[in-house]
Amino acid sequence: MREIVVISGKGGTGKTSITAAFAHLASLQGGAMICDLDVDAPDLHLLLGPKHFEEHEFRSGFEAVIDQETCVACGMCVDLCRYGAVRKPSWDDFAGYGIDPLRCEGCKVCVQFCPAGAIGFTEKHCGQWYASDTRFGPMIHAQLFPGEENSGRLVALLKKEARTRAEALGLGLVLCDGAPGIGCPVISSLSGASQAVIVTEPTPSGRHDLERVADLCRHFRIPAAVIINKFDLNLQNTADIEAYCLDQGHALLGLLPHDEVVVRAMVQAKCVTELPDTPFSQALRSIWEQLASLEPRAARPALFHSTPTA
Amino acid sequence: MIYAIASGKGGTGKTTVTASLAVLWDRPVMAVDLDVEEPNLHLFLHPELTGEEPALMEVPVVDTARCTLCGQCAAFCQFKALSVMGKTLLIFPEMCHGCGGCQLVCPEKALSPGGRELGQIVSGHFRTDHVGSGRPEDAPFLMGRLRVGEAMSPPLMRQVKARLPESGAADILIDSPPGVSCPAVNAVMDADVIVLVTEPTPFGLHDFRLAVEAFRPLGKPLGAVINRAGIGDTSVQDFCRAEGIPVWAQIPFNRAVAEAYSRGEVVARAVPELRAVMLALMAQMQGAAAASKKQEADHA
Repeated sequence: MREIVVISGKGGTGKTSITAAFAHLASLQGGAMICDLDVDAPDLHLLLGPKHFEEHEFRSGFEAVIDQETCVACGMCVDLCRYGAVRKPSWDDFAGYGIDPLRCEGCKVCVQFCPAGAIGFTEKHCGQWYASDTRFGPMIHAQLFPGEENSGRLVALLKKEARTRAEALGLGLVLCDGAPGIGCPVISSLSGASQAVIVTEPTPSGRHDLERVADLCRHFRIPAAVIINKFDLNLQNTADIEAYCLDQGHALLGLLPHDEVVVRAMVQAKCVTELPDTPFSQALRSIWEQLASLEPRAARPALFHSTPTA
Repeated sequence: MIYAIASGKGGTGKTTVTASLAVLWDRPVMAVDLDVEEPNLHLFLHPELTGEEPALMEVPVVDTARCTLCGQCAAFCQFKALSVMGKTLLIFPEMCHGCGGCQLVCPEKALSPGGRELGQIVSGHFRTDHVGSGRPEDAPFLMGRLRVGEAMSPPLMRQVKARLPESGAADILIDSPPGVSCPAVNAVMDADVIVLVTEPTPFGLHDFRLAVEAFRPLGKPLGAVINRAGIGDTSVQDFCRAEGIPVWAQIPFNRAVAEAYSRGEVVARAVPELRAVMLALMAQMQGAAAASKKQEADHA
């Protein structure tokens, strides 16, 4: 089975619009399991309109809670906490010691060492995940509750579900939309993938972030292929990125022009390849063929349990 | 006063807005890049960088002579960063959150603090537009840069934030990471005012709603900047009106802006119309900060 993960480093370069079009093109050739791994700010469902047939709670990690009845106000937890998560009592609102859930890492140190045994440890419900049907095939996706952590673990869970279900359905491809950045959710989404596709743009930030995320792919030995979106914004930067890819041995899949068809398709909740052909969609079709022709490499077992989470 | 420039969706223009505000700001200011995974502000402010220090997180180191392999540390660790395998205590530094719990539970005092490199903290100064105006021409710049391969950005962000001046002698502009999960919340939670940059598209609206849901409970003044106004639809404007979120600026879509950005320029310098838009945004932000300070004072 092949697993393709679309990432970018920098946000807003066109990952999701491109992934949705890939899902459309894949559906014309045997189909794919579609997976949105940007669990923090997922957008792929806005184009694919999935109908949930399963909904699950995602529970992960713990948070400390101080029981006001048992607390003896010794203040030891304040000194123990490395994250500044313990709020001191306030005379303004007559509140005792408390834990700020946004700062609590769930490390259990205060729970373990509270001399009064006044701190409980409760599992957190961090989000929901879904198995759905779309007009292009099955889809696995999620929504982390705003402000929650452990997105790396949720990404690992979605990948595992997507692979297991793809196998059961006899699908040879898992197509994933990734998150921006290079931190825990991105590392988790790359785990065991057969191919990373990096969408960049010819701007200083696009280039800078491409280099960092390409280095991350190399760090985890995932082959990276590059798409330059809005290439006509700056032809010199585009040429420089092409030279960089050649130098680094990253396959260059193709160039996409700056085209308002992307927004037009988005407003209609469609993929660009579903609208009448434009230079953008034509270029995207040939990029898809290029991607399909890259030497196939099977997905490797993902290290689900050793995925670090922040 | 601390102003965080954030967004749900990536690529909506946080850095564009932060860089423009930083050069125009009419009071002493410091520009801080807290998007440590992909810091970009320096690519536009072109600061002169004068300092770079590694940022370390405390991780345990085992003294094998003392360790009896009792496994209490491994049983305690919530992050699976320690494990007893046969006759060895294995430590996985990349899994460690630096809570120090293993050192506290170890009955043999066999664990001591070591360090894992999270990334670098880079400092310098950049040129503002106040040349010859009597205001400081140069302003301080600070950024965190996550090591490639490091998963955890919040600990590095905490260390960058620990460097912010406490006195409030200068205003601070924070370029935040995208999204609404832990890194984004970490960037905005110590701010006095939150600016949410979005774009008028279905993706922009969806992620803007998530950001409002995540940041509103913090109880800080919050306003929207609609970038690339004119593309897409009016649903973001409609949502702001319905939710009572002030729109502090609308930046019309203009290919000249995108091209100036692609050349690494501060758009408020490159495109004259944008200078007025950014100055008006600055006034809105300062007004919101002053109003909230007054409200606090009245309350006390």
